[in-house]
Amino acid sequence: MRSRKRQRLWIACIGLILLGAATALALNAFEDNLVFFHGPSDIAAGKVEQGRLIRIGGLVQENSVNKIANTAKIEFRITDGVAATPVVFEGILPDLFREGQGVVANGRLDANGLFTASEILAKHDENYMPPEVVEALKKSGQWKMGGGAAPNAAGGNS
Amino acid sequence: MRRLLYFLPLVICLGIALFFYRGLDLNPRDLPSALINKPAPEFSLPALPGRDIQRADDGLARTDLTTGKPVVVNVWASWCIPCVAEHPLVDRLAKREGVTVHGINYRDRPDAAAAWLKRLGDPYAKVGKDESGRVSIDWGVYGVPETYVIDGNGVILYRHAGALSPEILERKILPLVKGAG
Amino acid sequence: MIAEIGHFALIAAFLLAGLQATVPLYGAHKGDRGMMELARSTAVGQFALVLLAFAALVNAFVTSDFSVLNVAQNSHSTKPMLYKISGAWGNHEGSLLLWALILSLFGAMVACFGRNLPPSLRARTLAIQGMIALGFLAFMLFTSNPFDRILAPPSDGAGLNPLLQDPGLAFHPPFLYFGYVGLSISFSFAVAALIEGKVDAAWARWVRPWTLAAWCGLTVGIGLGSWWAYYELGWGGFWFWDPVENASFMPWLAATALLHSAIVVEKRDALKSWTILLAIVAFSMSLLGTFLVRSGVLTSVHAFATDPERGVFILALLAVTVGGSLTLFAIRAPKLQTTGVFQPISREGALLLNNLFLSAAAATVLLGTLYPLFLDVLDAGKVSVGPPFFNATFGPLMAPVLGAMVIGPFLSWKRADFRQAMQKLWLGVAAAVTAIVLVLILSGVEGILPAVGVGAAVWIICGTLLELADRVKLARVPLTESWRRARRTPRAAYGMTVAHLGVGLVVAGVLGATVFKTESIQNMKPGDTVDVAGYTFTLDRVERLQGPNYQAERGVFRISTDGEQFATVNAERRAYPVEGDTTTEAGIHTTWVADLYAVIGEGSPTAGWTTRIYHNPLVPWIWLGTIVMSLGGVISLTDRRLRIGAPSRRRAPTGGSSSPAPAE
Repeated sequence: MRSRKRQRLWIACIGLILLGAATALALNAFEDNLVFFHGPSDIAAGKVEQGRLIRIGGLVQENSVNKIANTAKIEFRITDGVAATPVVFEGILPDLFREGQGVVANGRLDANGLFTASEILAKHDENYMPPEVVEALKKSGQWKMGGGAAPNAAGGNS
Repeated sequence: MRRLLYFLPLVICLGIALFFYRGLDLNPRDLPSALINKPAPEFSLPALPGRDIQRADDGLARTDLTTGKPVVVNVWASWCIPCVAEHPLVDRLAKREGVTVHGINYRDRPDAAAAWLKRLGDPYAKVGKDESGRVSIDWGVYGVPETYVIDGNGVILYRHAGALSPEILERKILPLVKGAG
Repeated sequence: MIAEIGHFALIAAFLLAGLQATVPLYGAHKGDRGMMELARSTAVGQFALVLLAFAALVNAFVTSDFSVLNVAQNSHSTKPMLYKISGAWGNHEGSLLLWALILSLFGAMVACFGRNLPPSLRARTLAIQGMIALGFLAFMLFTSNPFDRILAPPSDGAGLNPLLQDPGLAFHPPFLYFGYVGLSISFSFAVAALIEGKVDAAWARWVRPWTLAAWCGLTVGIGLGSWWAYYELGWGGFWFWDPVENASFMPWLAATALLHSAIVVEKRDALKSWTILLAIVAFSMSLLGTFLVRSGVLTSVHAFATDPERGVFILALLAVTVGGSLTLFAIRAPKLQTTGVFQPISREGALLLNNLFLSAAAATVLLGTLYPLFLDVLDAGKVSVGPPFFNATFGPLMAPVLGAMVIGPFLSWKRADFRQAMQKLWLGVAAAVTAIVLVLILSGVEGILPAVGVGAAVWIICGTLLELADRVKLARVPLTESWRRARRTPRAAYGMTVAHLGVGLVVAGVLGATVFKTESIQNMKPGDTVDVAGYTFTLDRVERLQGPNYQAERGVFRISTDGEQFATVNAERRAYPVEGDTTTEAGIHTTWVADLYAVIGEGSPTAGWTTRIYHNPLVPWIWLGTIVMSLGGVISLTDRRLRIGAPSRRRAPTGGSSSPAPAE
């Protein structure tokens, strides 16, 4: 009986230490690694800390996309209708990246207000298309295949 | 005491389930609009040609939103499938509830848009044609359909992204329209 | 007509599942043999019906019957046959049907091969299985019927998301679901044991092969998914800590813990309620994954279309299954008698350590995955939790597991001598230390962590091989004697050795792909060259070509080293006109020690093309490692002792994992 109690104590101790360590690790990691979402107007209002990894979202401003010649760098602006943030990105843009389309970018803000993106995610679809809507349409016989893409969507950028 | 420990997994699981239940109503893709409680952007759009009912439609502009009466602006396109689904609700808003609804026709071919209205009914007071989508960008439109409630002074009170539902209409839009009047 | 047969088969399966869920349970309570036996026939019947429904759906996809909504939405007549078939489960409804099919397959397997199970345990297990099937079939019939017709059938379908038109992803769901759903058997066994109030060594022996089979499927499924992400998404990475990936990884962690703790139940009659809890949690994690993917509470690259109504249904299903079983656990588990006593330094101590750390790791992954949702619900801001969080928590928690998994097999049950174990392992320690020092001196990588990682990989591989050598007394007895010992070593022990070697390979591959990779992004015109990690990539030409259902722009890269060309790779950007989408196909040349990886972006002959070139050392080992790991599981499954239905041989004292060689 005695050793069983001791065994439980052991397990409880190890378990507690581990739980503590895991919690400490997680909290510590949250502190440094949570990526907050901001819009361009938050940035314009100075609410965003420089140098920290953040995620910004908005629309790619019309006529703002500029591929810097002979490099893989691209400049553009993300706007939310109130303010716009200049962004620079080096790499391959997602297939759905277009002017006027929704975009989310991960990256850091520098002292001059330029956002250096490390990753660009384009919003996947121009349609808000919840399946219950599809369901309703099917019932009413109005479901049309091949619809759902803007006619000038294939127009490409700049 | 030890027996209570065995209930711990159940408690954790129920707690998580509660969060899930609340989370179902939220849309993680929703990007917060920066325009709520701000004046609607300055814009002027030409009228959509070929509409069946020729009302005094000389295009849609910012001045149409500052008539002292609250209005609803609905962004739609003929190629957009959810727009078809929400259309009866837009119709109801305009005809049954007597709310002024303006349309912004987003990145569309005018003939297709006019034919679409002819087929499904035309609840809009005015329809602005935004072929380039530029005005919609100023509004922060991410996709279609989107619906905005504007008070009589041109301030955006509410934005709904995606197709309207009867609940959204009754719980969010109508109280705002009636309240702001 | 065939679609209606499928629909009808589903309804019949639903009714049969209702029977299977209730009558045997009552029979087991009353001790009525006939009622208990009903479980077996209904389980087999349910499988036959769901198989019929599945065949009907595949038939609709193969024959492109666009009057079926599901086909019209997810298929197209020009699609290659492979993707017509895989399209059947590349969507929400079809994947649910696949899920139900595997669920009933496992039920039927228990019914057929579980002859030596006590009748009441078998009846109860199958009844629980029937309840799960009832829930899923109801979900399908009421919210997601794959056989819905369209009033006005279109002339052609909308196509399958091009990202999913890929051989890797065609077979990813079947394996993954095999794993997810296979865990339902462990769950049913656990709940049945709670009802019976008895958990013993025999129970652990019955549960283990099922868990092992599910674990193998899950391992292959995760590996395939990661492989797909690697070459299809074109980011050069293999794991993104995306919610959907995490959804498959959490059950894997729980199942791995379960595999190890079941051994302790079998050998030492301890950790019973913990093992039961793990069995419940492992399957709950599978259900959670289903919920996360289909309810839309979290965003992800490969989430299915979302629907709140479905979300509510799955949430209810989740709450009933998990809540119900955990309530039963809270009431019944304290009564489970434990006879085993154990010391911290022992085989079971090492297994317990493994369990604690694996569970803690699973808990942090869960926390990181759900944290954005928590904050969103509390209206505390929109955040995302990215790879840095997971790397910062998961890595440190796995380190002790990697250390202990080598030492554990050297420890004996009950009470072990740590010093003696380490003496046998000195070669492994030396190899690991040498590797660390070499990396610190030779590679230009900063920091001590990469070196420690390499040391860990070397440690696992050397230590595991040393354990095998120790077992057969290699070099200590004549070779013929070693050979005789090797032949007498049970397959389960070989299974462990192989699976642990697989872990070592994965660790090495992960390090190569994260710490030691080189990457280069640039603008290239045909004829331009770029040097990456000692290889020269030349963009030879960019050509347009026509695929079966897409057009592509293909960049042809020549790769040379020291002026000698040895490979060309083709990187493509494909445009699918039907779906209106484009995908990236990375051009990869693998040497098995490293991958040379090229991606091409948008561009034109005048402005040039954006290209990304990677040198990813050891990356192929990740997938090699997952295959080796599941191979280990399969080897273990063929062990006589674990073979379902085989009588237990009391004469062979060697453990499911392994144990020291028979007394000397």
